This record gives sequence, C-alpha cells and structure tokens, in this order.
Amino acid sequence: MISFIRNLSADQQVTALFLLVFGVLTLATGVLVALSLRERGDGSPDGTDHLMHARVLLRHSWFMTLVFWFAWALGETAATVLFAFVSFFALREFMTLSPTRRGDHRALVLAFFVVLPVQYWLVGARYFNLFTVFIPVYVFLLLPVLSALGNDPQGFLERSAKMQWGIMVCVYGLSHVPALMLLHFGGWQGRNAFLVFFLAMVVQTCMLVQHLVNRHRPGRPVAPHVSASFAWTSWLAGLAAGGALGVLLSGITPFAPGQALAMALIACVAGSLGHLVMKALKRDRGVTNWGPRTASVTGSAGLLDRVDALCFAAPVFFHSVRWYFGL
Amino acid sequence: MTDLQHTQRHPWLAKVFGYGLLGFVRLLTGAQARWYGSPPKAEQRIYFANHQSHADLVMIWAALPEELRSITRPIAARDYWTKSDFKRWITTAVFNAVYVDRERQGDEDPLQPLIDALQSGDSLIIFPEGTRGHAAEPQAFKAGLYNLALRFPDVVLVPAWIANVQRVMPKGEVVPVPVLCSVTFGAPIRLEPGEERRAFLDRARAAVIALRDV
Repeated sequence: MISFIRNLSADQQVTALFLLVFGVLTLATGVLVALSLRERGDGSPDGTDHLMHARVLLRHSWFMTLVFWFAWALGETAATVLFAFVSFFALREFMTLSPTRRGDHRALVLAFFVVLPVQYWLVGARYFNLFTVFIPVYVFLLLPVLSALGNDPQGFLERSAKMQWGIMVCVYGLSHVPALMLLHFGGWQGRNAFLVFFLAMVVQTCMLVQHLVNRHRPGRPVAPHVSASFAWTSWLAGLAAGGALGVLLSGITPFAPGQALAMALIACVAGSLGHLVMKALKRDRGVTNWGPRTASVTGSAGLLDRVDALCFAAPVFFHSVRWYFGL
Repeated sequence: MTDLQHTQRHPWLAKVFGYGLLGFVRLLTGAQARWYGSPPKAEQRIYFANHQSHADLVMIWAALPEELRSITRPIAARDYWTKSDFKRWITTAVFNAVYVDRERQGDEDPLQPLIDALQSGDSLIIFPEGTRGHAAEPQAFKAGLYNLALRFPDVVLVPAWIANVQRVMPKGEVVPVPVLCSVTFGAPIRLEPGEERRAFLDRARAAVIALRDV
C-alpha cells in the first residue's frame, strides 16, 4: 500500500489526498444528517445546540477544503488570486467593525486597491525578500502619512493602528499561504500543496481538539473577559494533538519526524494564540463574529472567523521553514 | 429626449449594466437586506429610509430581491441626477427612478410625479428628510410621506435603515472603499384615523431610527 502511494506521481498523490479529505467530510456530513433526523424525536435543547455547533464546524471545514482544492486545481497563479480575494473579504469585515473617520478614506483606498494587489503580486512573482517587508516597513509609514494629510488629528494613533493591524492580519498574514505553494525545495517539486495541507490540518486539528477538550472538561479560563473557553489544559491538549498529527503527516512533507513536530508546534502556538487575540478584538467591538450583522443571530460566522488562526500561523510557519531549510 | 431614445435602442445595455453594477455593489458592500417585521413581499409599498449619501439609492436598490426591484422605483433628486447624460441614463434606464424637484417649481405640486407612479401601481423608495443628513440621527421628516399616506391608505409603509453607506463614499471622494453595508426593513406603520401630521411624521422617523440597533 505504502509503496503503491510512493510510486504515484505528485499530482496523483495530491488528488488522492483530496479524495480522502472529501470522503471524510462526506461521511461526517452523513452522520450529522442521520443524527439530526433522530434528534427531532426528543428535541432536547442541549442536544440541538451541540449539533448546531458541529454543523457550523463542518460547514467551515467544507468551505476551507473547497478553497484549498480550487487553489490547488487551478494552479499557482489562480491560487494567489483566490487568496487575494479571501484577503479582500477578510479586510472588508475587519474595516467594517473598526470605525474609521473621513480623513482615513484615502488611506483605506490605498490599502484595498494598491497595497493588497501589490502584496499578492510580490508573492506571485516570488519577490520573497520584498514581500516580507513591504507591509511592515513601507506601508507602515505610508498609510499614516495619507491619514495625516486628511487633516484630522482626533484618535489618530488609534485609527492608524487599526488600519495597520487590519492589513497585517488580513493581507500580510494570509498572503503567506499562497507563498508556501511557491517555495522551492530541492528534489521535492510539485508537492507544495502538501505543505499548505500540513499547515491547515495541523492548526485546524489543534483548534478542534482544544475546543472539544474544553467542552467536556472545562478548565479555568485564563482570561475570562476575552474568552470563556481558553484554558491552559485544553490549550496544551490541542498543541499535543496538533504536534502528533504533524509527526503522522511528516511523510507527505519535506520534514523528518522531529522537524515536523517542531514545525507543527510552532504553527499551532501561533494559530491558537492568534485566534485568542482576534477574540479580544471582537470583544472590544462587542460582537461575537466578524462578518454581516445577522451572523451572530444565525450562528454562521464571517470569513475572518474561519481564517484568523491561519492568518497568524502562516507567516510564522513560512519564516520558520525558510530559515531552517535556508531557502 | 435623447436618453429615452438610448433606453429604447439598447434595452440590453441597461440590463447588462444593471447586473454589473449589482455585482460591483455586492463586492464592495455585501448589500445585505435584513427583514425584521416585514417579509420581502410583492405588494404595493412605500419604503422610507434615512438619507446620508447619494449612494443610498443604489444601496437600497441592490438590497431588494430581484422580483421587488423591478416593481420598486426610487426617488431621485432632479438637480443632481440629471446633471450629466450618464446620471440621467442610469436613473431612467437602470433604476427606473422618479424625478422630484427639491425646490418648488412654480405652481406644480412637487409630489405629482410620485402620485402618478403610485397610481400606476409602482412601489416607491423615498427619503423623507428631503436632503442628506450628516448627523448620527436623521433630520425631521418632511410632509411628503404624510400626504402620500393620506392619499393612498392601502399602500403599505415600510421603514428602512441604511447603515454604513456614508463610510463607503464620503462627500467629495471619488473612489469607494469596501465596507459591509446593510438595509434593515422594519414592521410597516400606518396613518391612524385622525392622526396629526407632525405626530405621524415623528412616529415614522422613530420607526426608522429604531431599526438602527436591531
């Protein structure tokens, strides 16, 4: 079996991987539909709430898998463009909930219609040195200059900080996902989709296990005003699960098992803590979800809720890989 | 007359442009419609909303479902929307708007075009403030809404709150910025028998403001 998989071409291996993931998702959906049919009988509110949560989680997983599948199937350029759109919608959600003033209008126009496309163009053209400093160095100065020219000093630091934050998370962070697809490993061509898969799977598993552990054995929340569900025990359990999956998946990556463990842990720490930080931002704005205003009522979330862990994990993971392997 | 000839010669152009504009508005703002208290139903209605930007008209047009969009006509200020050939074309061919004069012209009743439209069975979108406001709360409503309600008691009056549009394109800017916007439609109100004009207009204004925090 193993040797059969090894003898497949890179494309066939990736296809097999997606078939596997879609199979698991279909199975999970089937189980959930069966459960919801049975649930209607007794109708206990706790059970339906639990199912509702699982349904939301499954919908996110379907969504993310489809995004990754499109990204891989359409090739590197299309993947870059696709993630540019994900960035666009995420930044739109971020800016909607960050009140800006009239004077910031020009800076916002620049952020959406110049900074975002340029960043993704730098990714696509593999200008990795410029792409890692473009937003933290150049845009960091440029945006407040435009806001200052808007001649409105009220809340200036806060406004510029919000804009810089939004761009760092939604554009800079996310642009590292397609960048992973473009890294050149010697003797490991055509399998970069596995690297993205590795990152997404490891981070998502960490978050999922953290959530499940906390649900069944609620620990003492570390920062109850920010997140009622973040406790050290469940967090460590999540990291352990993410790390273990990383070792299991090391066969499809260019990493040795020990390296895979380290990379998985780095990604999980960055992703789960980033998610916590985004929760603090949401709490400050008084919302439970990013995205359209009905979201918090219907239980579905905004796009940014789905990708925020990835926004923090991707740049850290990308730089660790590049630095360690000297790429 | 030229714009009318245009419309008749290229009806497909308005259609294509309409769909393009719809896609563009959705990409920028999401153009989300939230129905709280009145379903999206094809009955004759007057939607009345707060007014902060010329783009309000585009926003509410884009938020309505397609079946309602085709029977609902926005009100457009004649002096602004007929300034250029393009503005005139887009309001007539794409939005199917009703022009009103913001300044009274001679003896003619400024409401006459609205009355004509309601008599022919169309629904209307009106901004009873009459002009764009810049404060957080809408200005006092003008009497037009009351007069229409008095004259057409069977038309359903639906309040609407348009959120965030002024952030997309503040006055004097050319390039819009992507920010999520929504239009919230509330429960219909009606003119009670013998209700005073001022009391009714204040009640209508309160109904619009109440939708801000839904």
